[in-house]
Amino acid sequence: MEASMRYQTMFDKTSSNNHLAYIPFVIVGDPNEELSLQIIDQLVESGADGLELGLAFSDPVADGPVIQQAALRPMANSFSIEAGLNLIGKVRAKYPQLPIGLLTYANLVFAQGIETFFNKCRNVGIDSVLVADCPVKESQLFAKTAENSGLQLVFIAPPDASDETLKQIADNSKGYTYVLSRKGITGTEVAATKAKTGFLGKLREFNSPPLVQGFGISEPKHVFDAANAGVDGIITGSAIVNLINQHYNNPQIMLEKIGDYVRSIAQAAHTNHADTA
Amino acid sequence: MSLNDTSSSKFEYDGAYIGQYGGQFVPQILVPALEQLEEAFENAITDDEFLSELNSLLNNYAGRPTPLTECKTFGRTENCRVFLKREDLLHGGAHKTNQVLAQALLAKRMGKTRIIAETGAGQHGVATALACALLGLKVTVYMGKKDCDRQAPNVFRMRLMGAEVIPVDNGSASLKDAINEALRDWASSYDDTHYLLGTAAGPHPFPKMVKRFQQVIGEEAKKQMLEQTGQLPDAVIACVGGGSNAIGIFADFIKEEQVKLIGVEPAGHGLDSDAHGATLLKGTEGIIHGARTHTLQTDEGQIIESHSISAGLDYPAVGPEHVHLMTSGRAEYVGITDEEALEAFQELSHAEGIIPALESSHALAYAKKVSQGVKQPTVLLVNLSGRGDKDLSHVMSVLEKGGDI
Repeated sequence: MEASMRYQTMFDKTSSNNHLAYIPFVIVGDPNEELSLQIIDQLVESGADGLELGLAFSDPVADGPVIQQAALRPMANSFSIEAGLNLIGKVRAKYPQLPIGLLTYANLVFAQGIETFFNKCRNVGIDSVLVADCPVKESQLFAKTAENSGLQLVFIAPPDASDETLKQIADNSKGYTYVLSRKGITGTEVAATKAKTGFLGKLREFNSPPLVQGFGISEPKHVFDAANAGVDGIITGSAIVNLINQHYNNPQIMLEKIGDYVRSIAQAAHTNHADTA
Repeated sequence: MSLNDTSSSKFEYDGAYIGQYGGQFVPQILVPALEQLEEAFENAITDDEFLSELNSLLNNYAGRPTPLTECKTFGRTENCRVFLKREDLLHGGAHKTNQVLAQALLAKRMGKTRIIAETGAGQHGVATALACALLGLKVTVYMGKKDCDRQAPNVFRMRLMGAEVIPVDNGSASLKDAINEALRDWASSYDDTHYLLGTAAGPHPFPKMVKRFQQVIGEEAKKQMLEQTGQLPDAVIACVGGGSNAIGIFADFIKEEQVKLIGVEPAGHGLDSDAHGATLLKGTEGIIHGARTHTLQTDEGQIIESHSISAGLDYPAVGPEHVHLMTSGRAEYVGITDEEALEAFQELSHAEGIIPALESSHALAYAKKVSQGVKQPTVLLVNLSGRGDKDLSHVMSVLEKGGDI
């Protein structure tokens, strides 16, 4: 399947049912390669519509304590970026239709050569790349090369961005646009309860690709709030990664808890939101 | 002879970039905060009221102008004279105070009520704490847990002046992680909080702004050199960690083509060892802390911890302008080991009655090397960026271990 089609196919399906697409996030290789693959299987089997997979980086400035802690494990095990991408290749082989996004930091893309890195991403079957510390004004460093490699570059839209910035984000983001409901970094300590939503309408007006909300979504209630605000999908990261942080020494319990959690969010996402919207 | 306009413009910022280096590689959420800061900065430096308030603080509170001292014996040979720009005499004990006062004033101008800062050795934290005490701003300083332990007196100084010091225990628990933590704080606090970054690194406009507020060092030194010797120095020598004292003393000499600019990096256990902080000489191009610059990293782009006997140079990246000055050939960068710096630290103390910071001791050690080799009459200007009191217990324990005291 063409990389560019997987997100569209997913959103066509979820929106035709008035569902939200549910995209859970984990760091690849956490806590180790084998368990990471089992965790990802559990995400998919428990109702994920797509995946957002992160590479562990030494200096993750956009991440709160939960994801920082998780990123230390693959690094402590010398689980390389190469190994991380190869792991994603295995996930792709198993789930040929599933949209897979990569979340990374600029230096990991830059260090090996942007073209080399993006070609590797394409070769393992990644659909989209979100560079956490690349705002849209610096997009020219990566955009052309990503496009040539057949990858969709995703940008983040914050709630207080100017109209001009929102337009740039809508124009440049491919596959989906990652929308924030609050300021700050990843984590569940600050919930997305008082979400600002005015900017979502602007993004639609500027013909943004589908809107997927992240940061601060941890409970089914937040999913309904997001549906009310009118997004097309949601991402949960820290809530799942927190379960890994707590239980990685007891894989059976960890996988069960992840399964229970993901099912609860998937169920909320896969409710007919036509009435609530 | 000065460079003509065309070639000197290559040493000016074009938007967020100097040459191909710099930029604003931060999470999108932080872009408005940087844009607000850039606008306030550009506006302030053309505002007489701001500049006169800043000058008044620099002169009447911080003690500018600082003296230029010619060494009586250190580095003095038949052909060589060494002049020290005495930033060690600035209030706070290092050059850091110059730009901290400026940024703190700028923060007030932007209506911010809270300051956050990172610190390595604690010098920038101390400078920030004193400026915020003076100007009535709340301040939180992020400091690597390891640095808190090895620089306990500076932690106490900061707290004494009312700063909240938060030890950072994640990542490598040192300066780079303190910067990460400050950036994370800022991502949710920028409405009322200014991030007062301590060096000429980080995302635009920090490198340009810190340079602007440190260039007073070079401007004064140039005038003083002309007064005392009737000539410009043959070379200007400064240590480089993030690069603020170096860019500050270089700035006014960049257009003076005949003046050599020499940045001294911490070579730690040696440039060919794996324990140094020589980002320019041994690092590679990368994107870290918001800028495209040079950094110490693995082939896959993970940032590697640096090493230096001096905590203030212990940083695995460097300000983007230094990369530009190096690749364009305008400045030269060299390495000085821990051991060489330690020797210069003791020698300046003995010879001149001045205890230099371990950071500045790197620049002194290189000046000493140059002085021994010159065949032509040579005048060297060294930035004595800070005083060494903060390093006494550290140096004492190192020398005791070496049985050298």
